[in-house]
Amino acid sequence: MNWLIKTLNSSIGQKVIMSLTGLFLCSFLIIHMIGNLQLFHDDYGLAFNKYAAFMTTNPLIKVVSYLLYASILFHAIKGLHLVYKNNQARPVKYAVNNGKANSHWSSRNMGILGTMLLVFIAVHMSDFWYEYKFGDVPHTQYAVSLETGEIMTDTIPAGMKLHNKIEDVIANGKHIYVVKDLYKEVSVGFKEWPLVLLYVLSMFALSFHLYHGFSSAFQSLGINHSKYSGLIRFIGLWFFSIIIPLAFAAMPVYFFIS
Amino acid sequence: MSGNMNITLKVWRQKNTSDKGRFETYQVPGVSPDMSFLEMFDVLNERLVAEGKEVPIAFDHDCREGICGMCSLFINGRPHGPNDGVTTCQLHMRSFKDGDVIVVEPWRAAAFPVIKDLAVDRSSFDRIMSAGGFISVNTGNAQDANNLPIGKEIADEAFEAATCIGCGACVAACKNSSAMLFVGAKVSQFALLPQGQPERKQRALAMVNQMDAEGFGACTNTGACSAECPKEIPLTVIARLNREYLGAEFCGK
Ligand code: SF4
Ligand code: FES
Repeated sequence: MNWLIKTLNSSIGQKVIMSLTGLFLCSFLIIHMIGNLQLFHDDYGLAFNKYAAFMTTNPLIKVVSYLLYASILFHAIKGLHLVYKNNQARPVKYAVNNGKANSHWSSRNMGILGTMLLVFIAVHMSDFWYEYKFGDVPHTQYAVSLETGEIMTDTIPAGMKLHNKIEDVIANGKHIYVVKDLYKEVSVGFKEWPLVLLYVLSMFALSFHLYHGFSSAFQSLGINHSKYSGLIRFIGLWFFSIIIPLAFAAMPVYFFIS
Repeated sequence: MSGNMNITLKVWRQKNTSDKGRFETYQVPGVSPDMSFLEMFDVLNERLVAEGKEVPIAFDHDCREGICGMCSLFINGRPHGPNDGVTTCQLHMRSFKDGDVIVVEPWRAAAFPVIKDLAVDRSSFDRIMSAGGFISVNTGNAQDANNLPIGKEIADEAFEAATCIGCGACVAACKNSSAMLFVGAKVSQFALLPQGQPERKQRALAMVNQMDAEGFGACTNTGACSAECPKEIPLTVIARLNREYLGAEFCGK
């Protein structure tokens, strides 16, 4: 085991930790984005609320989500530690340093971008994740007509026992769902412009962080070859630093203007 | 002479390693555009000696033809000055304009302490090399070269890595003062060739361990090293270094 600790503590080992946790977070972003696209459904939030209930109750996803929280913490702590250590490797700074002549701005500012994202994640999770799990997000009842597919929302019948699950029954030609209404939290929350601004700015940070981070993760694992490095950079640029941040930024903006 | 330039130099002066150091400003009139950057320093130093007021400025140099790796200098924020793919000794004053103010600093890294003025101690590179940057050759006749067929592409790649002159510009340029381009080049030139195989795993481990022990930072793949390297060593050598090291740690003894 000693050799493993030594390896992970070496300068190359640290890169591997950053790379693997980073790629895991990237894979989560894909799932998170696809799931959140349900917000754009015109169904009073039924699809989104079902998705939220599924994500918080499925045991497999629960396990993965703990891995995810650990990865976020590990990536952040290790990253900040690296910034500190690398800073120490140059105790006296240059008076004039023309970094833009040799490297991209985002690659030189991963620590700052990452810190912005950490703050964002803290705000984001306390607003929605914490509220959903521990706060009192009200339940809503949906009735979907089996014949026409028409969706209606309803107040919860008095005396109904509520817990964090989808209540899913068929009655009177209607499919009845009772779920926690996270959609409402989202649509109300994003009426506040400071929150929308924070989200949009954070997605800029995400874009620049991933512009460097995604392809850099492969280089750290030793994966750099003329046959496929172009493809990695292409995915890093178009998917991770343009499409994903754009899709996420569109959500608060959509609720703000709608 | 017409076409000559007047240059203002802001040069880092530092008496010794423990001195705090400061910038001094020097006017250098009548600089020929055909001079190399180092020749301009020679002219200035001759004047300083003749005036007798100040000791001449210490800077490293040797071959002055871009092959020894001895010259350095961080010029206007870039190692080896504004041009790509050249060392400071190969940088000519025609790359500057009349009236330019040029800031000249030493390589800055904890692993490259300043000895005096612009000269830094790069013996940390030597210690990395003695940790594993060699092949052990037994005495006796060299075997016939044709017994060791090496594909042209591999030979070219190894040669490309072997063109590293150990100047340290990669460390100087890197925001983390990381030496991975240098170590990657040295590990690559051996890992690619048959002669390097017997000590391959041991070499990667020993050189990386020494690199870490010297206090170089950890690479974050900014690519500044390769962009500033006078020999244009590619980032693929760092990817190979990562593979070699991880392979040696996970699959070696
Ligand atoms: S890799 Fe390039 S910059 Fe670094 S020491 Fe070798 S020649 Fe100099
Ligand atoms: S003096 Fe030898 S490379 Fe510049």
